[in-house]
Amino acid sequence: MTQESLSFPAKFHQQLEKIWGNLPGWGSLAAVNHTSIGVRFMVTGMFFFLVGGLLAMLIRTQLALPDQEILNAQVYNQVFTMHGTVMMFLFAIPVLEGLAMYLVPKMVGARDLVFPRISAMGYYCYLFGGLIILSSLVIGIAPAGGWFMYTPLSDATFSPDKGPDFWLIGITFVEISAISAGVELVVSILRTRAPGMTLDKMPIFCWYILAMALMIVFGFPPLILASILLELERAAGWVFFAVDGGGDPLLWQHLFWLFGHPEVYILFLPAAGIVSTLIPVFAGRPLVGYRWVVFAIIVMGFISFGLWVHHMFTVGIPQLAQAFFSIASMLVAIPTAIQIFAWIATLWTGKVTFSLPMLWITGFLIIFVCGGLTGVMLALVPFNWQIHDTHFVVAHMHYVLVGGMFFPLIAGLYYWLPHYSGRMPSHLLGRWAFWLTFVGFNVTFLLMHLTGLLGMPRRIYTYEAGLGWDWLNLLSSVGGFIMSIGIAMLIVDIALHFRFGRPAPHNPWRADTLEWATGTPPGSYNFASIPEVSSRHPLWDNPDLPATIAAGEHHLATIEHGRRETLGTDPINGKIRDITHVPSNSWIPLQTAMVIAVVCLCLLTKIYWGALAAAIVVFVMLYRWSWHNGAHPVAAPVRDDDPVNPPLHSRTFDGPGLWGMVVTLLSNGTLFLSLLFGWFYLWTVAPNWQIPDHKAFSISGLFISGVSLTLATWIYLNTLKRLRQKNDLQLEGRLWISTLLGFFHIALLIFIFAAADLRPRTMAHDAILCVMMLYLLLHSSMVTIATLLQALRVRKGYVSRTLPYEPMVLQPLWLYCLSIYWISLAVFLLLPQMRGLA
Amino acid sequence: MLDAQGPAAKEALFLWWLMFGMFTLVFFAVIILWFVAIQKKHAAENNTATMHRRWIIGGGLILPTSAMVLILFFGIPAGHRMLPLPSDSEEIFVIEVTGHQWWWEVVYPEQGIHLENEIHIPVNTPVDIRLTSNDVIHSFWVPQLAGKLDVIPGKTNTLRLQADNPGEYRGQCAEFCGLNHAFMQFTLTAHSPENFAQWLQEAQ
Repeated sequence: MTQESLSFPAKFHQQLEKIWGNLPGWGSLAAVNHTSIGVRFMVTGMFFFLVGGLLAMLIRTQLALPDQEILNAQVYNQVFTMHGTVMMFLFAIPVLEGLAMYLVPKMVGARDLVFPRISAMGYYCYLFGGLIILSSLVIGIAPAGGWFMYTPLSDATFSPDKGPDFWLIGITFVEISAISAGVELVVSILRTRAPGMTLDKMPIFCWYILAMALMIVFGFPPLILASILLELERAAGWVFFAVDGGGDPLLWQHLFWLFGHPEVYILFLPAAGIVSTLIPVFAGRPLVGYRWVVFAIIVMGFISFGLWVHHMFTVGIPQLAQAFFSIASMLVAIPTAIQIFAWIATLWTGKVTFSLPMLWITGFLIIFVCGGLTGVMLALVPFNWQIHDTHFVVAHMHYVLVGGMFFPLIAGLYYWLPHYSGRMPSHLLGRWAFWLTFVGFNVTFLLMHLTGLLGMPRRIYTYEAGLGWDWLNLLSSVGGFIMSIGIAMLIVDIALHFRFGRPAPHNPWRADTLEWATGTPPGSYNFASIPEVSSRHPLWDNPDLPATIAAGEHHLATIEHGRRETLGTDPINGKIRDITHVPSNSWIPLQTAMVIAVVCLCLLTKIYWGALAAAIVVFVMLYRWSWHNGAHPVAAPVRDDDPVNPPLHSRTFDGPGLWGMVVTLLSNGTLFLSLLFGWFYLWTVAPNWQIPDHKAFSISGLFISGVSLTLATWIYLNTLKRLRQKNDLQLEGRLWISTLLGFFHIALLIFIFAAADLRPRTMAHDAILCVMMLYLLLHSSMVTIATLLQALRVRKGYVSRTLPYEPMVLQPLWLYCLSIYWISLAVFLLLPQMRGLA
Repeated sequence: MLDAQGPAAKEALFLWWLMFGMFTLVFFAVIILWFVAIQKKHAAENNTATMHRRWIIGGGLILPTSAMVLILFFGIPAGHRMLPLPSDSEEIFVIEVTGHQWWWEVVYPEQGIHLENEIHIPVNTPVDIRLTSNDVIHSFWVPQLAGKLDVIPGKTNTLRLQADNPGEYRGQCAEFCGLNHAFMQFTLTAHSPENFAQWLQEAQ
């Protein structure tokens, strides 16, 4: 207990804790609170890190001496595939997302993330997906085709085992979690900042997280699409990547690296955010060039989406494109350099306190600068042709990822540990851990550059003696074991500190940001009252802020209503717009994730009827989830003392749900664009692409179905217009008309699809048409059923003139369905025909 | 790769030493600045305008831009010279190589020679290797002579290489291609013109 909370009636805090706290015992599985979920993400991520590290040790043991057979080729291939997969998908991204989930609400002055149930479901999707992937390793049928799963090596002909299925299904499952966290972080940062926190007063860390979250939102869909297509090719024989039927294996590489390159920056940005947060604190001065750094973050986000081809320089891409991608790849050096020099400048302006987190930051700088420079080398095409897929690249990539992500992460961990545990870490053990890790890392990977220059390729499970690689590999292995001792020491240090660390004073590092204004450890509600913010450094301006917050002297210091509330503010200027109420503990996220896990397991065991049944149950559960919203008794039923100024968000036309819908649709739209990309790519590049002579679909039927969808959307929009004018006459009837027109559209579409003469197993053209049809059907069904539920909610009294919020959330979905329908018709059906006529 | 024996590999090696030299300087400059900034006993004057100019414009914009321009000045022409462009002056010797899991099929189309896992070329003559795959993606690489090029089903890629000295060079698949990827190796032998003519005769 901190001093401040004792000075205020403890009863108020107890009431807050009662509303915001997790359920006791097993009930904590129903927790949705961002502090709990964030910590769970990080702990689980650390577990997977240890698994990945163990696999790395196996790799180094096998390669320590030439001609070894400690692991045979089969096992080695599984091990290096899983090492990459676990580290990338199950450690790096989830840990950073967990850190962001823990910190972001506290930094922006909110009590929780805006979609707490999504956080919980994301966590369980991650946990179950990760365990499914890991189980394949335990039973010895892990994927062995590399974490990049290149086709045709990963297709049903060359990998008839189950390994790739585990990868494709498990990773897609985990990615649901990543995207949902991405959406949630974007909306939370934009809509729940403390009043007065304009965008340019936002802590720099939140800028980094905003960029990371948006990049996840746009970066993951290409891989999800690619995974779905490859799984369809493997399981159902549909052609997408096989040359014979008009597919192209390079399509996989494009889609994979369209995700894979931004991924690197998705990992680097939050880590750089940690550095940009810690350096000003330890220098005691504000970050030099805040606006420059924000500019650099945004530029980095954009450039990273233009670089994917630099993983494919050796596939034989035309010279002009290679010069272009060479330059684009090198351009990333500019925003990186801006940040590095902003950090040096900040240190220069201040007097630096060199404590443990700074030690890790210094380690980061040394390793990361080195990795960045070898990255510029690799961007140069003629050099890349020599060095691609050698151990030089292995070294480079570990310098960037371990240096650029792991070292800042540990710096951040030490920095924020006192916030979570209320105790300080030990200096002695912490420094030993650092030096062992740092030295071990460099012994392992600095030498590996030379191994690569001497011609050792990646992913070979053994090598002959006498090629000049022997001593280098042995030393690399020794270094690897030194590093693992360092990491073991790190874990011991952190574990011991929870028990023996000396109690932390309040705000031990004299930080400037709001997360240190909560209690340490923080209460489940973060802030007893939410303060106004007038600068980038609220705690430097007013060191008494924690006391006045705990004393309830700021916003939202009432709790009699029993709701979980935080302030909803304007995304740009931070003015108060509404009171956002968020859901309380719920079992639905856990249940939904469990049923999704059943879907995945059924797909893996090829029990397709089971998968279909479970998928339907998932949708039922998601709709049940959506039912517990707005004025529903378990959410925010209408009360006489409902606040008016500002109102509850569910009584307005605009709230986090609408924003969440728009951001999700941006992500979804990227998936659709990836499908269009695949269509045009195969059309123009695939060697055996052909367009069948006959018409697959009845065009007039599709046209009628489309008109029906257009009418449904038009009536829906019209209904909303009336609702905005406070007119809810015949609201329910109008929603029913939209629903019925939607169902007519769907029924017709199903009929046309069933009657169509499509041969997806022999022709990539038809396979893509099938995917398109399924995509359209899925979306039209979602929006129609959701509208049906809205009609029922009008009858129940949850939606009305005074509760107009939910229909607004569905509006973008209707428009999205309408757009993809007509775009699909034009691009997939009419365009090929027009070309045929010409 | 550090022991380059062909024009393409030599160019890549030159680029390596160029970049290695330049970047070592950049690396130590950044690290020294960092440590000086940390070790300083007193806080510096906090004049933001000069700070921005000096650090961010200088280090963040000018430094990387000039380094990039310099590298591309050497790098883009070098990359251009490595490509299999049609040559007027001399005839190009063509060999067809097909990747299989896990061996290399080598065909001399004009001479009608078929080989496995061994390639013979005349020294000081540009040779075009036409690459295609029978199954999965492989990558053809003779580190001492030239860069690597992927071997992709449904596609024919052409790699130009040349050996400046007679000798035996090691080649290996560089794209992970399944179980025995580590053993998908071959030897490339460069002969003097007389020896090569003799070898051709014997092989036919």
